[in-house]
Amino acid sequence: MMAEGQLKQGIAAGRLAPGQYSDNFSDLHPPLTQHEAVVEADRCYFCYDAPCMQACPTSIDIPLFIRQIATGNPLGAAKTIFDQNILGGMCARVCPTETLCEEACVRETAEGKPVQIGRLQRYATDTAMARNKQFYERAGSSGKRIAVVGAGPAGLAAAHRLAVYGHDVTIFEAKPKPGGLNEYGIAAYKATDGFAQAEVDYVLAVGGIAIDYDKALGRDFSLADLTASYDAVFLGMGLAGVNALRAEGEEAYGVHDAVDFIAQIRQASHLSQLPIGRRVVVIGGGMTAIDVAVQSKLLGAEEVTICYRRGKEHMNASEFEQDLAASKGVSIRHWLQPKRVITEGGSVRGIELEYTAMADDRLVGTGEMIRLEADQIFKAIGQTFDGAPLNGSGNLIAMENGRIKVDGEGRTSLPKVWAGGDCVRDAREDLTVAAVAAGRDAAESIHRALTSNGRA
Amino acid sequence: MADIRSNFVGIKSPNPFWLASAPPTDKAYNVVRAFKAGWGGVVWKTLGEEGPPVVNVNGPRYGAIWGPDRRLIGLNNIELITDRDLQVNLQEIKQVKRDWPDRALVVSLMVPCVEEAWKAILPLVEDTGADGIELNFGCPHGMSERGMGSAVGQVPEYVEMVVRWCKQTTRMPVITKLTPNITDIRKPARAAFNGGTDAVSLINTINSITSVNLDTFSPEPTIDGKGTHGGYCGPAVKPIAMNMVAEIARDAETRGLPISAIGGITTWRDAVEFMALGAGTAQVCTAAMTYGFKIVEDMIAGLSNWMDEKGFSTLDDFIGRAVPNVTDWQYLNLNYVTKARINQDACIKCGRCHIACEDTSHQAITNVVNGARHFEVIEAECVGCNLCVNVCPVEGCITMEPLAVGALDQRTGRWVEGAYANWTTHPNNPAARQAAE
Repeated sequence: MMAEGQLKQGIAAGRLAPGQYSDNFSDLHPPLTQHEAVVEADRCYFCYDAPCMQACPTSIDIPLFIRQIATGNPLGAAKTIFDQNILGGMCARVCPTETLCEEACVRETAEGKPVQIGRLQRYATDTAMARNKQFYERAGSSGKRIAVVGAGPAGLAAAHRLAVYGHDVTIFEAKPKPGGLNEYGIAAYKATDGFAQAEVDYVLAVGGIAIDYDKALGRDFSLADLTASYDAVFLGMGLAGVNALRAEGEEAYGVHDAVDFIAQIRQASHLSQLPIGRRVVVIGGGMTAIDVAVQSKLLGAEEVTICYRRGKEHMNASEFEQDLAASKGVSIRHWLQPKRVITEGGSVRGIELEYTAMADDRLVGTGEMIRLEADQIFKAIGQTFDGAPLNGSGNLIAMENGRIKVDGEGRTSLPKVWAGGDCVRDAREDLTVAAVAAGRDAAESIHRALTSNGRA
Repeated sequence: MADIRSNFVGIKSPNPFWLASAPPTDKAYNVVRAFKAGWGGVVWKTLGEEGPPVVNVNGPRYGAIWGPDRRLIGLNNIELITDRDLQVNLQEIKQVKRDWPDRALVVSLMVPCVEEAWKAILPLVEDTGADGIELNFGCPHGMSERGMGSAVGQVPEYVEMVVRWCKQTTRMPVITKLTPNITDIRKPARAAFNGGTDAVSLINTINSITSVNLDTFSPEPTIDGKGTHGGYCGPAVKPIAMNMVAEIARDAETRGLPISAIGGITTWRDAVEFMALGAGTAQVCTAAMTYGFKIVEDMIAGLSNWMDEKGFSTLDDFIGRAVPNVTDWQYLNLNYVTKARINQDACIKCGRCHIACEDTSHQAITNVVNGARHFEVIEAECVGCNLCVNVCPVEGCITMEPLAVGALDQRTGRWVEGAYANWTTHPNNPAARQAAE
C-alpha cells in the first residue's frame, strides 16, 4: 500500500485532512474582545516617559493609546497609533513585541507578564478599520510629484505621509500586488483574512497615491527616469537577493528559498495543493527560518528541523518565536553548518552538516559531520540587497555594507533621492516597524526639502 | 482559640457579623439560608405600618460602578422598605427566631413620624420574640419623600422624639440607624442618645447617581427614561462610614454609646477596622449581594486567626482600640518628620511617583540620574506627603521613613525635635500667639 498523508515520501501536496488547513493557519493571536481589551488596558500603569514607547521604533505613544482603550475611546487610540505608524494594524500582528515594547514593559520587570501591547494595538486599529474611520485629510495640492519605488511598508508609510502633506505620489511596484513583505513575506497565521490588502486599501483611501504595478526598477524604468520627471524619489524596494548556502549540491530539486516559499503559502488559494516535504530541513536562525519551519509543519511535514550554525542565544528569532516553533513540533538544532546537499537523481535526499564551535571569537567547523534525512531544504540565511537595478541610471548611488547608504533622515548620496526600509543599511533590524519609521521619516525630510522647511 | 461571640446591648450572636436590613433579609427563605451559612445575626428588612403593602418600581432598582474587570466597587438602590404584607413578615420572624434561638434577630422599622404609628407596631414586633429593633432613619430615597427614613434622620429633634416614644413603649433594645446625608453625624447621634437609644447603627446609604446614560441622557438606574437618586453603598463608601463611626465614638457626648457598623464591609479586615473604631458588630449587605452568603466563612475564620495572631481572646479586647488615636488635625505632632524612600530593588521604574510629584506636588523625585532612568527621593524637597506611596503600583516599594530625633531635615534646615508640638502652640497660629500674650 502506498504511504498516505504525512508519511507520503518526497515532496507532496495534501498531507492533511482537508479541514485541517484552515485550523492550522488560523490567527496566531486571536483578537481581544472589548471586555478583554478594557481589562488588559487596565493593567497598564501609564508610565511616565514610558519604556515601551522608547522601545518602539515608531515611538507610538503606547500609554496614551492604552488609556484611550481603557476609557472607551478606541478611535482615539487608533489615531494615536496611526499618527506615528500608519501600518499600526500590521505591526500589531507581526512586531516581535517580546523584544520591543513588551520586553520594556515595567510589568515584565514586575511580574514577568507584560501588558499585551500588540494585541491592544490590534484591538484599536481593527476597531478603526472596521468602522472605516479615516483620520487624515490631505492638505491642498502642493503641485509636487513624488515617485516611490516599492509598495512595501517603507514605501506605503512614506507615500501616506507625503499624500497627507498634499503631494502627489506614484508608487512603482514590481509585483502584481501591493504590501511588499506584508503581503508576501509574513507567516500566513500572523495576518489572516487578507489583512495585508485591507490595510493597503485603508492607507490608500487618503487619496493622492497611485500605484503602478508590475513595474520594476532597472527593467521597466531607471532611477534617472524618475529623478528627471519627479520632484523627489523614495527608494523602498527591499531586498531582492537571497544568500547562498555555500554547500555543495544546493541547486538540486528540493532546495528552495524560504522567502519564496513563504510567498507561495501566502498567495496559495488552496493550501492543500501546496506540496511540502515529508522531512524538511531549514537552514537559518532568524524569523524567516521560524516562519518557514512552522508553516512546513502546519502543511503536514512529518519532521521539520531548523539547523543554525551558532547557539540558541545567537538566534535572531525571538524566544517567543523559538517556543512557538517548538510547540508546533519543530526541532531546533544549533552549532551546525551545511556542507553538502545529498541528492539522488537530482532530488534532495538529505543534508550533510558540520558541527561548529567558537574558537578565538571566530566560528569554525570542527570537522565532525552529521547527516540528516531530508526531502526538502529551505534556505533562510538572510537576504541581500540587489544593487543591479540601480545601475545604468546614469548616477552612482553610494552604498554601505551592500545596501544603500543614507543619512539620519533617509537622504541618499544622490540629490532628490531618499531611501528607507530593508534596502538601506541602518542600525535597526529588518523589521516592518523599522521600515515604517524610515518611510515616515524620509517623507518628513522630503516634505521639508520641497517646501522650504515645511512652508509651501 | 479566640472567642468571637458577641454581646451587643444584650443581643447575643455567635459572631459579630450581621446582615444589614436590606433585600437579603426580606424573608425567611433568605434569612434561614444566611443562618445556615453562618451569619451571626440579621436585621430584618424594614417593616412599615399595617395596610396596603408598599409598591416598588418594576424596572431596575440598582445601579453600580465597577472596576475594569467588573469588580463591583459601589452599588446604589431605589428599593423601598419591604413590599410584603406585615403579618406575613411578623409570622416569619417569629418562626425563624424560634428555629434559630442563638442568632441575633433584629427588626428594622419605619412608620410615619407620629406616636400612634410607632406605638401600634412595637407590640407586634415584640410578640415575635425578636431580639431588638432598629429604627430606620436612614433610607434616602422614596420613603424620605413621604416624611420617613432620612427625612427623620436629618432632623435631630425628630430622631430624639421617636427614639423616646420607642423606649417608652418597648422592652426591646433600640438601635437607631443614622443617615449619612447630613452635615454633622454627631448631631443625630447625640439626639438618639438623648432620646435613650441603646445603640446607633451607621451608615445608611448615601444619596447618589451612579452614572448617566450618554445615549438617553438619563441617570442610572433608569426607569423609562427617568432616574432618581438612590442609596449608595458597597466598598466605595467604607472610608466615609468609618469616619462617621469614629466621630461618634470619640464625641464627648456620645462616648461609649454602642455602635453597629455598616458601610462597605466586605472582609473580616473591614469589620475589624470598624470595630477598632468602636463598633460592636459589623453589618454587611453589598458584599453578600455580590458574592452570596458564603463570604461569612472567611469573615469568621479571618477574624479568629487575626485575633489569635494578635493575642486577643475576646472582641472586647480590641473594640474601640483605635478610638484614642483619632484626633483633631490641630493635635497632630508637627515635629514628626517623614521622608519617602524608594527601594531600588523593588522599583520597576514606571515613573508614576516622579510624575505625580513633579506635576502635582513638590518636585521631590528624580527621573534621570547620571543619564539613566532612575527614581530617587530628593530629601531636600520631600514634604513627606505620601502621594508617591499611594500611586506606586508596587506594594512596599516606597515607604515613609520618620527622621530620627536630632536628624537634619534637609528641606527646612531644622533639626528634628523629640518633643511633641502641635498647631495649638505653633508660632504661626494667631490663636496661639494670643494665648501666649
